[in-house]
Amino acid sequence: MEALQSNIAHIGKPTSRVDGKLKVTGRARYAAEYPAADLLHGVIVSATVPAGRITKLELDRARAVPGVVQIFTHENRGKAAWLDRKWRDEVAPPGHPFRPLHSDRILFDGQPIALVVADSFEAARDAASLVRAEYDIDDFCTELEVRRPEAYDPPEKRSGIPPPPEPRGDAEDAFDRAKHRISSEYRINAEHHNPMELFGTTCVFEGPGQLTIYEKTQGSQNSQGYVTSVFGLRSKNVRVINHYVGGAFGAALRPQQQLFFAVMASLELKRSVRVTLTRSQMFYIGYRPDTYHAIALAADNKGRLTSIMHDAVAATSHHEDYQEAVVNWSGMMYHCDNVKLSYALAKLNTATPCDMRAPGASVGVNAFECAIDELCHDVGIDPLEFRRINFASIDENTGKMLTSKALLECYQQGAAAIGWDRRPVKPRSLKDGRELVGLGMATGMWDAFLMKAAAEAKLTADGRLEVSTAASDIGTGTWTILAQIGADALGLPLEAITSRIGDSTLPASPVEGGSWTAASNGSAVMAACEAIKATLFKHARAMTNSPVAQAEYDDVVFAGGRIALKNDLARSLSFAEVMHAADLAEITETGKAAPSLLQMRKYISYTHSAVFAEVRVDEDLGVVRIPRIVCAAAAGRIINPKTARSQILGGVVMGIGMALHEEAMTDHRLGKIMNHSLAEYHVPAHADIADIEVIFVDETDEKVSPLGVKGLGEIGIVGTAAAVANAIFNATGRRVRDFPITLDKLLA
Amino acid sequence: MPQPSPTTMVPIVLTINGVRHELSLAPWVTLLDLLRERLGLTGTKKGCDQGQCGACTVLIDGRRVNACLVLAVARDGADITTVEGLATGDELHPLQAAFIEHDAFQCGYCTPGQICSGVGLMQEGHAHTREEIREQMSGNICRCGAYTNIADAIEDVIARQSASREAAE
Repeated sequence: MEALQSNIAHIGKPTSRVDGKLKVTGRARYAAEYPAADLLHGVIVSATVPAGRITKLELDRARAVPGVVQIFTHENRGKAAWLDRKWRDEVAPPGHPFRPLHSDRILFDGQPIALVVADSFEAARDAASLVRAEYDIDDFCTELEVRRPEAYDPPEKRSGIPPPPEPRGDAEDAFDRAKHRISSEYRINAEHHNPMELFGTTCVFEGPGQLTIYEKTQGSQNSQGYVTSVFGLRSKNVRVINHYVGGAFGAALRPQQQLFFAVMASLELKRSVRVTLTRSQMFYIGYRPDTYHAIALAADNKGRLTSIMHDAVAATSHHEDYQEAVVNWSGMMYHCDNVKLSYALAKLNTATPCDMRAPGASVGVNAFECAIDELCHDVGIDPLEFRRINFASIDENTGKMLTSKALLECYQQGAAAIGWDRRPVKPRSLKDGRELVGLGMATGMWDAFLMKAAAEAKLTADGRLEVSTAASDIGTGTWTILAQIGADALGLPLEAITSRIGDSTLPASPVEGGSWTAASNGSAVMAACEAIKATLFKHARAMTNSPVAQAEYDDVVFAGGRIALKNDLARSLSFAEVMHAADLAEITETGKAAPSLLQMRKYISYTHSAVFAEVRVDEDLGVVRIPRIVCAAAAGRIINPKTARSQILGGVVMGIGMALHEEAMTDHRLGKIMNHSLAEYHVPAHADIADIEVIFVDETDEKVSPLGVKGLGEIGIVGTAAAVANAIFNATGRRVRDFPITLDKLLA
Repeated sequence: MPQPSPTTMVPIVLTINGVRHELSLAPWVTLLDLLRERLGLTGTKKGCDQGQCGACTVLIDGRRVNACLVLAVARDGADITTVEGLATGDELHPLQAAFIEHDAFQCGYCTPGQICSGVGLMQEGHAHTREEIREQMSGNICRCGAYTNIADAIEDVIARQSASREAAE
């Protein structure tokens, strides 16, 4: 970091994406876009019942379609691992991973039951539509409300997900004795990620047991590990590439169906195979589970919180115990001595849910921050003032200190930007024409993780630097920020840096998730560059008549492709001179990042935000418009304000979707999602999104990660739906506790 | 009379990005799959294959159209522009440059469709305000949520075009 501070040219500057030109000209290739010789196309056939057994598969008409090469079903599935654990990927929850075509058993509607492989996409699609299945249907339930009484504490905890903290104080007693209290139940309906790119895999058959796989994934090495484990292949023979990923939002953390099918068919047929899911099939690869939140809060006359109780129930599948940290946030967002939290699962006949942008927090904080707004109304205190009064300066769940928390600045700057002082104190008291106007706000919070990651940096004598790590860029800006970090580390222009990511053969990286990539992979790249500098310096000192012969490392700077004395910048050596003298064509070094376990015993890190929304609600029709949202975030060092701002914008837009639009509608009599298309599952469109302002408040955090970076992928969604809901209450006096807040609920 | 089959080849001619293609195609091939699977023009994206997302937007005879809803043989003789055909050599179309400048994309998957749709919208000449841009771009979904930046990029190019038109007058 020291070198950076004396030499910052790119970090902190709004930098256009280095992959921008490829993306606007259509030359960035996504998984299903790689050519391969004699390529076969696979189309998956999905089950149409939620539970039971396949009794008959009618394949003759499909086989008769010209161009069909093979149809795989559970009766002729290719060789794959038997043992459950062989199917577990890096981020799998406890339970039995789904094994496609493993048997005749149906676990969820939309489950793949066959793969039709043909020499053209059209033939495979047509033939797939001709496959007929008959079933023995078992009893099933897809309705969380029905299974809620049987909710249970998951016996095996999911790795990386902290269970709710032990109760502190006596929340029930404090609630009973309180002057002001509210008790409410919130429901947030299931959502689907729906990244724009259809899930696709192009598996190139390079020879027996040897594959190059172009795959839609948030982790090339996670997919690579899955393929070698499931199919018993040698690690060196399987390479997974994910240079460009057309959105994911968590849906591509775990290997999805199409990867299994493309690889299985490729190995069996000894041909290259491409399998792409349909939009409809993407509604069966994991989802944000429906949740119920029973929340009881109490405060004294001065607006000090005296009791917090939050009990959540979330859906999971029958085969896996998918878990999130849903209620934990309620125990640490504000200071409170009496806290009791619980989280339970209920099993449904659906696919296993999967992480979706800010898993846990986006629903838990949403419900909690709405309940806080209810309490503020009951106390008769301004919601912003209430949050300042109850500011928590440590993590009260663990008792650990925070490495930084510039949340008060977020409150102040966000309030100023939205014009919080014009908020009507009395709900439904401000009208503009036919519209009721209101303002609302919420706090947001997300983890600031540092994960283990490795990187390599290679400097060549022509002054070019290549930085590599098996990270992914799912739209987050990874390509760009790693180049910025490399440039500043060695004092080189951005054009001299090449990032290499999206390839399982590169140095080890976790999946891209949890908002940890910038901090983790960025710090690893930084460390590799520091190692190059040390090597350069060593060789520079050893040169005859070296101007730095007597210098210590701290006495020199690296700038403009040269090593110079800090005190006398004219005395310098070019990297090329140093490398030539040492007879080196290139210098390659590795670097690592990892959390400090010692520090973690005392400290913990979070990203914070304050979200402010203005809404306008048509009094007669219930139509909600959101003319303006402000999200003020405290996220440590911002490497690239341009791409960072986009991360927040995206989170806010998805939060608007949670507030107003997004909802999987299941017909529980059939156990089937009915709106499995983008026409009927509404995600926010251009017309829904007006003005969004993003503020990054200054926050210096030397402990959170070597770069001082916290990460931004999730924080934008957390609190947004609550800010909108609270603004709707302020505008209309109606408190809708069932998300999304559609106009029928407002008019009911 | 023999039964017509979806695999009976039909000869057609399409001009794509200025290049004439004489093709022999099965009638069940959509324009989108023709571009992506047969001609290697993968810039045009498949996001739903149902006309619901706009990722496959191309310009057919200057008008923006969802390529997934068009059977290629039904457009014999058409002049088609895809995202690959917007730049002139190394020089980006002003809207492509504005997308980079305004960071009007993240994952980049809806981007070719957004850009083709934006070019079509500007040629239609109906969008004069930001609200009109938002409304008339609503057939193009961006799940990364780059909408405000996309509107900024289009607004920027429209403003510069009208400024240069005024200067010319």
